[in-house]
Amino acid sequence: MSELMPLLEMRNITKRFPGVLANDNVSFDVLPGEVHTLLGENGAGKSTLMKILFGLYLPDEGEILLRGAPTQISSPISAIEQRVGMVHQHFMLVPTLTVAENVALGLSSNRGIRTDLDTVSKRIMDISEHYGLAVDPGVEIWKMSVGERQRVEIIKALYRDAELLVLDEPTAVLTPQEVDDLFVILRKMTSQGTGIVFISHKLHEVLELSDRITVLRNGRVSGATTPAETNRQQLAEMMVGREVKLAPDKPALDRGKVRLQLNNVHVLGDRDTMAVNGVDLAVHAGEIVGIAGISGNGQRELAETIAGLRPAEAGSSVSIDGVDISRANPAQTRRAGLSYVAEERMKDGAVGEFDISENLLLINHGEKRFIRGGLFNFDAIKQHCQRLVENFNVKTPSLSTPISSLSGGNIQKVIMARELDSDPKVVLAAQPTRGVDIGAAEYIHSQLIEQRTRGCAILMISEDLDEILGLADRIAVMFEGQVVTIIDRPEATKEQLGLAMTGAL
Amino acid sequence: MSEFFTLSVLIATFASAVRLAVPYLLAALGETIGQRSGVLNLGVDGVMLLSAFGAYYTVIETGSHLLGVGVGLLIGLFMGVVYAVVTVHLHAKQGISGIGIFLFGLGFSDLLSQELVGAIQPIKKLPSLAKLPFVGGIFEPLEDIKYIGELLFSHNLMTYVAFALVPIVTWMMNRTTFGLNIKAVGENPQAADSLGVSVERTRFFAILIGNTLAGLAGATLSLQLGVFQQNLTNGLGFIAVALVYFGAWRAKWVMAGAMLYGLVTATRLQWQARDIIPNSASDLAAMTPALITILALVLLAKRVRGPAALTKPFTRH
Repeated sequence: MSELMPLLEMRNITKRFPGVLANDNVSFDVLPGEVHTLLGENGAGKSTLMKILFGLYLPDEGEILLRGAPTQISSPISAIEQRVGMVHQHFMLVPTLTVAENVALGLSSNRGIRTDLDTVSKRIMDISEHYGLAVDPGVEIWKMSVGERQRVEIIKALYRDAELLVLDEPTAVLTPQEVDDLFVILRKMTSQGTGIVFISHKLHEVLELSDRITVLRNGRVSGATTPAETNRQQLAEMMVGREVKLAPDKPALDRGKVRLQLNNVHVLGDRDTMAVNGVDLAVHAGEIVGIAGISGNGQRELAETIAGLRPAEAGSSVSIDGVDISRANPAQTRRAGLSYVAEERMKDGAVGEFDISENLLLINHGEKRFIRGGLFNFDAIKQHCQRLVENFNVKTPSLSTPISSLSGGNIQKVIMARELDSDPKVVLAAQPTRGVDIGAAEYIHSQLIEQRTRGCAILMISEDLDEILGLADRIAVMFEGQVVTIIDRPEATKEQLGLAMTGAL
Repeated sequence: MSEFFTLSVLIATFASAVRLAVPYLLAALGETIGQRSGVLNLGVDGVMLLSAFGAYYTVIETGSHLLGVGVGLLIGLFMGVVYAVVTVHLHAKQGISGIGIFLFGLGFSDLLSQELVGAIQPIKKLPSLAKLPFVGGIFEPLEDIKYIGELLFSHNLMTYVAFALVPIVTWMMNRTTFGLNIKAVGENPQAADSLGVSVERTRFFAILIGNTLAGLAGATLSLQLGVFQQNLTNGLGFIAVALVYFGAWRAKWVMAGAMLYGLVTATRLQWQARDIIPNSASDLAAMTPALITILALVLLAKRVRGPAALTKPFTRH
C-alpha cells in the first residue's frame, strides 16, 4: 500500500516577531485519521504555528500544503473554506445566543436575509447523533456546562465540514469523565478520516490519545516520537530541555496542630445564591490540603472569604491559630498570618502596570524598614526586592520592568515571592500553576512543599488533578458549594475524584 | 383636579403622549441597534439637533415636509458615517467621541440657525393623516370617530412610522442574519470574527441605522413643534440613551419607556394648562419626567446585563 497523502503539511515554517523567533524552520504534518499532538511550553511556538495554520498570521518563510497542494491561508475564513477547523482554548461562543444561532453565525442562509435556524438545528441533530455529541440546538450557551460548550465548538467545526481539526488545550477545563467522553468523540472522528491536531501539556493524556507527538521548544522542533517509544519523563525533558522532576519530592511529616479552621461556612455568590453551603474543613501545620472540583462549585467564593474579600454569612466561622477572621478585611487576615495566591493573578494578584519592585511591595510598603524620614527608602527597597527575585528565580531584565511583560510563570513567581516571604502561618493558593510552564510549575511546587516543611498549613485549590495528586496530603472535593468528600492522598484515585467532582459519589 | 379626570381630557392627554413619545422612541430604537452591536453613541442629541435644524430650514425654503424629513434622515446618515469611521475604524473611545458629536451638533445647529434664519420663525407643523394630500380623504372619517379617532387616527405620519418600527426592529434583531450578526459582535466580537462575520462592517451599518433614526427623531421633533431654536432637544437625546438601558435593549420595552416619558410629559402639560400645577412651580414640574424616569430606572431596571462588548473597540489579537 502506498503511503497516505498527508492532509496537512507545514514545511520549514519560520515566523519572526520583533526580537523573537517564534517559529524557526518548523515542519509538521497530519495524516488523515490520526491524532498528531503538538507539545511544548508556553512560548515554545505552538500557538504561533497554529495561528499560521488558521490564517491569523502569515509565515515569513515556508509553505503550507493541504491535501498535497500548496495553498495560502490568509484569514480564518479561508481556513474554514479549506476545511480547517479550530477549537480555541477560550471558547469562541456568544453566551447569550443559542447553539443553533452560534453555529449559524457567519453562514449564509437559505432564506435570504432571514435566518434559517430550523435547517441548522436539524443538521446539528444529525451531526450530534453521528458522533455522539449530545447537545440541544435550542439552548442558550450560558446555560451549558463547559463540556457541553466544547461539544458545541466541535459541532461548529464539523458543520463547516472540517477535515482537519485543531484542538487547543481542550482538556484544560474538563473533568476526567468529560475528558474520557471527548476522547471517544475524537476517536470516532479519526476513524472517519478526520485529522486532529491536539495541543496539550497534560502528558498522560497526550500519551493516551496521540498517534504521533511533535515537541516544540524555543520555536524549534526538539523531538518527534510516538507514545509507544516514549514516556512522560522523556516528553517533559524534551519540552523543558533539561531534567525535570514530575512528581515533587515530599518529605514525610507528621502533621501538627490545626492552623486554619473552617466551620459551617456559608457564602453568597455573585448571583445571591449560596455559593458555599456549609463547609467544614481543618488544615493542619505541615499539611497540604487540596481542594478539587469543577470550577464554579464554590471554590472561588470560599477562597475570597478566607482572604477577607467576600463576607461570610452569619454563623460561619473561619480562624487561623484560633484567631477568628470570618469578619476580617484583607489586611486583618494577613496580620493573622494568611498569605493568598489569587486565582486570577493579573486581576487579584498583581498590578499589571506596576513594575516588579512595586508589585513585590504591595502588601508591606508601609513597614518601617522601607521608610526613611517619611519617604520611601529606595536603597532598602531595592535590596529587599533584589533578594526576593534571586531567591525565587524570577527571570526579568530588571526590577523596574512592568510585571505584565513577564511570562505567566515569572509573574506567579513574583507573587509567590511576595506572599511567602512573610513566613505565613497559612498559605491559600488558588490555581497556583494554571497557565504556567512545567519548569516554573516545578519550582512553585517545590516552594509550597518548603512551606509545608516549615510548618505552614497550605490550602491549595486546583482544577488540575495531577497537581492535586502530586502535592496534597489530603484531598477535599467540592461540589455545589459543599465538601462532598475528604480523601487521604494514598487512598485517592482519579476515577473516584472525578465521580465526586460531579456529585456522583 | 377633577376636571382632569374626564374621559375627553384623558383621551387628549393620552393622544398627546403618543405624539410626544415619537422623538424619544425613534432615537432610542436607533440607539438600541447601535448598542446591541457594542457601540455606545452619546452623540444622539447632537445628531438630533443637526437634523432638527436641517428639516426645519428645508421646510422654510421649500415648504415640503417630506423634503424636510428626507434632509433630516440624510443628516443622520452622514453623522452616522462620521461616528462609525471614528469609533469603529479608527478605534476612538466611544464615550468621548459621542460627547464630541453632541457638542458639535449643539453648537453648529445654533450657528446655522442664527446665520441662515435669524429670529425664530414658525413653520407649519406636520399634518395629521387626514390632512395629508391625496390620501387624506381616507382618514378623515376615521379621525372623526369619537375618542378612538383622536386616540388612534389623529397623528402625523411619523408617529405611525415610529411605532411600526418597533416590530420591525424586533424582527430584524431576532429573525435576520444581520440581527444575529449585530448581537454576536455586541457580545463576543472575537467569536464573530473567527467565523467570518466582519465586526467592522456589522458595527458600521448598525451605527448607520442608529444615527439615521436619530436624524428622523430630530426632524420629527422640529416639524412637530414647527420651530427650531438653540438646544431645541433640551437633552432629549440623552434621555433616549437612558431609555435603552431602561428597556433592557429590547425594542418593546424601549417603547414602553418612551410612552411612559411621553405620558408624564403630557400629564404635566395638561396640569399646567389647567393650573393644577401653579405657574410658579413650572420649572419644578418640568423636572418631573426626568425624575420619574430616574425613579423608574432605579425601581424597574431589571437585572439584565447589557451587551458584553458595549463600548469596547475591536481589534484582532
